[in-house]
Amino acid sequence: MLVVNFLLLAAVLFCIGVYGVIARRNAVLVLMSIELILNSVNLNFIAFSLMHGNIDGQVFALYVIAVAAAEVGVGLAMVLMIYRNRKSIALDELSEMKG
Amino acid sequence: MTALLLAIDDLNVAQNVAFGIIALLMIVAALRVVTTNNIVHAALWLVIVLAGVAAQYILAAAEFVAISQVLVYIGAVMVLFLFGIMLTRAQIGKESGLNNKGWALGIPVALLLLGLMGYVIIDAYEDTVLPDRGPVPTEAISDQFLSIYLLPFIALSFVLLAAAIGAIVLARKD
Amino acid sequence: MLAAETLVSGWFLENAWLIGLIPALGFAVIIMFGKHLPMKGAEVGIGSMAASLVISTGAAYQWVQRTDAADSHGEEAAGLISGFARSLAPHAAEGGHAPEPFVEPVVTTWVWWQNSGLEFGIGSSVDGLAVLMLWLVAFITLLIQIYSVAYVRGDRRYTHFFASLTLFAAGMLVMVMAENMVQLILGWEIMGLCSFLLIGHWWEDEANSRAALKAFFTVRVGDIGLLVGVAIIFFGSNQWAVDNLDSNGFNIAAIQAWALSGDPSATNWVLIAGAAALFVAAIGKSGQFPLHTWLPDAMAGPTPVSALLHSSTMVVAGVFLVARVYPVFWQGFNIDDGGLSFIAIIGGITIIVGALLAFVQDDIKKVLAYSTVSQLGYMMLALGTGAWLAAVFHIFTHAFFKSCLFLAAGSVSHSGSHHSFDMKKDMGGLRKPMPVTFAVWIVSTLALTGVFPFAGFWSKDEIIDNVGHHGYTFLFWVGLIGAAMTAMYMTRATYLTFFGEPRGAAAGEHHEDEEHAEEHEMETLTVGAHVKTLSAAANIGNGGVGAGDDGGLSDDGGSGDEPHAADGDDHGNDAGSDHHDDRGPHESEMLILVPIVILAFFALFSGFTNATPLGEDWERVKTYVEPRAAEVPIDEYLASGPGESLTLVIPNAEEGEGEDESHGEEAGAESHAAGGCGFETPEPGTACFFPSLTHAEPTISKIFLSLGVVAAAYAVAIAFNVMYYGRRNKRLFGLTERSRSLRGGYLFLKNKYYLDALYENVIVHAVAHPIANAVYWFNQHVLDATVDKVGEGTKRTGIWMYDNIDQKIIDGAVDGSGQVASEAGHALQPTQSGKVSQYGALLFGAAAVFAIVLVIVNVS
Repeated sequence: MLVVNFLLLAAVLFCIGVYGVIARRNAVLVLMSIELILNSVNLNFIAFSLMHGNIDGQVFALYVIAVAAAEVGVGLAMVLMIYRNRKSIALDELSEMKG
Repeated sequence: MTALLLAIDDLNVAQNVAFGIIALLMIVAALRVVTTNNIVHAALWLVIVLAGVAAQYILAAAEFVAISQVLVYIGAVMVLFLFGIMLTRAQIGKESGLNNKGWALGIPVALLLLGLMGYVIIDAYEDTVLPDRGPVPTEAISDQFLSIYLLPFIALSFVLLAAAIGAIVLARKD
Repeated sequence: MLAAETLVSGWFLENAWLIGLIPALGFAVIIMFGKHLPMKGAEVGIGSMAASLVISTGAAYQWVQRTDAADSHGEEAAGLISGFARSLAPHAAEGGHAPEPFVEPVVTTWVWWQNSGLEFGIGSSVDGLAVLMLWLVAFITLLIQIYSVAYVRGDRRYTHFFASLTLFAAGMLVMVMAENMVQLILGWEIMGLCSFLLIGHWWEDEANSRAALKAFFTVRVGDIGLLVGVAIIFFGSNQWAVDNLDSNGFNIAAIQAWALSGDPSATNWVLIAGAAALFVAAIGKSGQFPLHTWLPDAMAGPTPVSALLHSSTMVVAGVFLVARVYPVFWQGFNIDDGGLSFIAIIGGITIIVGALLAFVQDDIKKVLAYSTVSQLGYMMLALGTGAWLAAVFHIFTHAFFKSCLFLAAGSVSHSGSHHSFDMKKDMGGLRKPMPVTFAVWIVSTLALTGVFPFAGFWSKDEIIDNVGHHGYTFLFWVGLIGAAMTAMYMTRATYLTFFGEPRGAAAGEHHEDEEHAEEHEMETLTVGAHVKTLSAAANIGNGGVGAGDDGGLSDDGGSGDEPHAADGDDHGNDAGSDHHDDRGPHESEMLILVPIVILAFFALFSGFTNATPLGEDWERVKTYVEPRAAEVPIDEYLASGPGESLTLVIPNAEEGEGEDESHGEEAGAESHAAGGCGFETPEPGTACFFPSLTHAEPTISKIFLSLGVVAAAYAVAIAFNVMYYGRRNKRLFGLTERSRSLRGGYLFLKNKYYLDALYENVIVHAVAHPIANAVYWFNQHVLDATVDKVGEGTKRTGIWMYDNIDQKIIDGAVDGSGQVASEAGHALQPTQSGKVSQYGALLFGAAAVFAIVLVIVNVS
C-alpha cells in the first residue's frame, strides 16, 4: 500500500473539516468539524508510524485522542453556557468581539 | 497516477480495495457532516467517519489505537456531542440556516488547501511504499508510555482531570 | 678717569615705592572693612599716612646723606685731578670751587609692560624733588586726616571720605615718584578721580555735583594736552633714548637728557609742540588762566579736601610736571634766551587775575581759592623765567601756609559761624571767642603775604628776585603788585572774619536756612527770638544804606549763581552734632587745633630751609633738591642699576660757571652763563639732565623794596577796611552804586570776567549741542531704525513660517498621517467581525497562502 493513500485521505478530511468550521453556524457542528480535523491528523500520524516502523506515531495519536476528548468536554460546556446566556448557539450572532 | 496503478498491480489488492471502500465511505460521510441540515444526522454521519477512521487504523496495523478510537471517540465523545445537542434544544429534525452567511467563502479556502496539500504530498511521497508489518503489540505502546513518555502521560492525566473539573465548573448552574 | 664708585644708597631710598603702595593698600582696606572698624576707617587712613611719612622721612634723610657723600667725593676727585683737567680743558673753570657732581636718582622698578622692544616699568625714582614732594604730601595728608576725624564726624559717608583721601594720597605719591611718564599719568588720573569724588562728597546737593563735574571736565581738557604731549615727546625722543641710554621715550630721565642733547631729533618743533601740550595739562591741573574757573567751584567740597587737594598738593601737580620735565620746557620755550616765554606770560596773567577776583568774594574759602590761583601763578612765573628752585621752594612753603589757612577757615566755620563760610553774613569779631584759630590765621596770612621772617618771605621774594635777575623787569613789577594785592585782599578777609561786630551766626544767632529750620525748632531759642533774629539780620542788611545791594552785608555768597553750595558744610551731618552751636562761637576742639598749629609752626619756620639771603649754608633745598647741571658720562650712567649710582668723575670743565658765588657783589644780576648744560650741547658720550641755571643774589635793597611794598599795601588795606566795613564811611559806601565805571568793574569781577558764561554758554553750548543733536538723530533714525527693521523683518518671517510651513506642511503631514492610519483602520475593520467562522476562514486562508509561498520558494 502506498502511504500516499493515507495522506491524501487525511488531506481530504482535513479540508472538509476546514470547510465545516468556516461554513457551519451551529457551535456544536463547528466542534464536530474540528473533530474531523483532529482525526485527519491522527491518520497522518499512524501512516507515518507505519512508514517509519516507529511506534512514536501511535503513541502520539493516542495522545491526540485523549486531548481531543478533553477538549470536546470543555468545549461543549462552553457551548452550554453560551446557550444559557443567549438562548441560541448560532455563532454568527456571537460577535461581541466585533470591531 | 502511475504509481497508483503500479501499487494496485504490485501490492496487496485486498488491502487496497478495503482501503478504497472505507475511504470513499469516510469522505461521503464527512461531506454529509458539513452539509446536512439536521444536526442529529450530522452527529450520526460523524460516527460513521470515526468508525471509518478506526478501520483505517486497523489496516495500518495500529490495533490498540483503533480500539481506543472506537471506545473514546465514538463511545464517549459522540455521546457527549449528542448530549450537547440535546441540552441546547436543537430542533430534532430539519432546520434551515445551519450555514453561515459567508459559507461560500469556505469552498475556495478548502479547495486551495486541498490543492496545496495534495501537490505537496504527491510530490514528496509519490513512490513510498508502506512496509508490511504485523500488528503492533500493545505492550510495546505501554512500554513507551511508561518509560520514555512517562511525563507526558502523567501530564495528560492532569489535562483530563482539569478538563473534567473545568467542564463541571463551567456548566454548573449557579 | 677715576674708577667709578657707587653712591651711598639706603633701604628707604630703594624701597620708596612703599610710600605709594601703603596708602593704596590702606584705601583697599578702608573700602572693604572700614565700616566695621571702631573708628570707621579713619585709623587705617591715618596709620597708612603715618607709615608713608616715616618712610619718606627716612628717604629724605638718606638722600641728604647721598648728596653729601657725592659732594665730598666730587670734591676729592676734583681736587685730585683739577690741575690735570684744567690743563686739558680749553675753558678752565673760573671760580675755583668744586664742581658739583650729578647725584643720580635711586630707581627701583618692576617691568609693567613689555612688547616688541618697548618696555616701561612701575616703581620709584627718588631724587631731591621727589623726596621733597613725597615728604610734603605725606605730612600734610596725615595732618589733614587727623583734622578730618573731628571735622567730618557724623558724616553719612565718613568711611568713603577717608578712603578717597587715602587714595588721593596714594595717587599723588605714585605720580611724584614716577620714573616714567606712564606712571606719572597714572598718578595724575587717580588724583583727578579723587578730586571728583571728594568735591562731590555731598552730591545730594546738585550744586556740589555740578562743581565736581566742572572741575573734572576742565582738568580733562588739560589732560588732552598731557596725553598728546607725552606722545609727541615719546616719538621724538625714543630713538635717541634707545640708542644712547638703553632706555625709551617714556623714561623721564631719558626725556630730560634728550631735550638737552641737541640731537637732531630734538627739533624745535617737536620740543615746542611737546612743551606746549604738556603745559596745557599744567594749565588745567594747576588752575592757570584760562582754565582756572574750576578751582573756586571746587570749594563746594568739604574744607579738608580744599586744604589738601586744592591748595597744597593736587593743584601743584601741574607745577610739578613742569619742574620734573623741565629741560623740555627749557628748550621748547627758549627760557634760556631771556625772551618772554609762554609759561611766564600765563603765570603773570594768573597772578593778577586771581588776585583781583579775591577782592570781591564774600565766601572765605573762595578768597583762599583765588589766592591759591594767584600763588600758582607765581610758581609758573618762576618756572617760566628760569627760577626753578624758587618755584619748588614756593611749592614747599605755600603748602604749609595755604593748607593752614584753609583748615583755619574750616575751624572758623565748624565752631564759629555755624557751618557757614559767608564772611559778610555770619562772621565778624571772631578773634575773641577763637583766639588760637585767630593766631594761626594771622601767622599764615603773614607767611602768605611775605613778611619777614615768615616762610612766604623767603620763597615768594626769591621768585620775584629771580624774575628780576633774569631780566624780566615788567614781570618783576607784576610780581610786586601781586604781592601788594595779596596783602590787601587777605587784610579784607581777616578783617571781615575776625574783627568788627559779630554778624549772623557769629553773633550766636542761627542763620535762617530752610534746611536747618526743623532742626532748630528744638533748640533753646524761642520762636520770638527767631523773629528777633530775622529782623536783626534785616536791619543789619539795610542799615545805613538805601536799597544798595552791593553795599549791604547780606549779600548772597561771592558767587552769584550758585546757591548755598558754600555754606552748609554740615549738610552731611546726620548725627546733628551741631547742638553745641547754640552756645555761640567758641574755640574748636583739640583734634582740629593741633594740626593747624603744627602747620602754622611750619609756616613760620619752613622758610629757613632755604634762606638764601642768609648765606649759602642756609640753602638746604637748593643743595639737596635742585638737580645738578652736570654732564654725566653716559657709559657710567648706564651701568648703574637700581639703587646704584656712579659719581661723576670727570668734572665738566664748562659747567659751574653759572654757580654764582661771588660774595659781596652788588646788583647781583650775573650775566648769563656762557656755557654749560642747557646752553650748549653736551660732549659726545655724555648727557645733561638739567640745565645750568643762575640764581639771583639777594641784596638788602631788593629786600627792602619788597618789604616796603607789602607794608604799604597793608597800611592802605587796613585803613580802607576800617573805614569801609568798620565805620561805614559815607563816601566809600555805595561807591559802585554811584559810579558807572566802578560799577562796571565790580560786575566784571563779580562775574569772574564772564569766563564761565563764555565757557558754558558759548563754547560748550555751541559744541556740545550740535554734536548731541546729531548723535541723537543718528541714534533715532539710523540705529533704532535698523533695529526696528530687523525686528519687523524677523516678525514677518516668523508669521510666514507659521502660516505656510508650520500650519500647512508640517501640520498637514502630521494630520495626514493620522488620517491615513484612521482610514486604514476603517478599511480593515470588517475583518474584525467578531465571528469565529470568519476568523477561521482567514486563518486557514492565510496559512494556505503562506504555505504556497513556502512551497514555491523551495521548489523553484
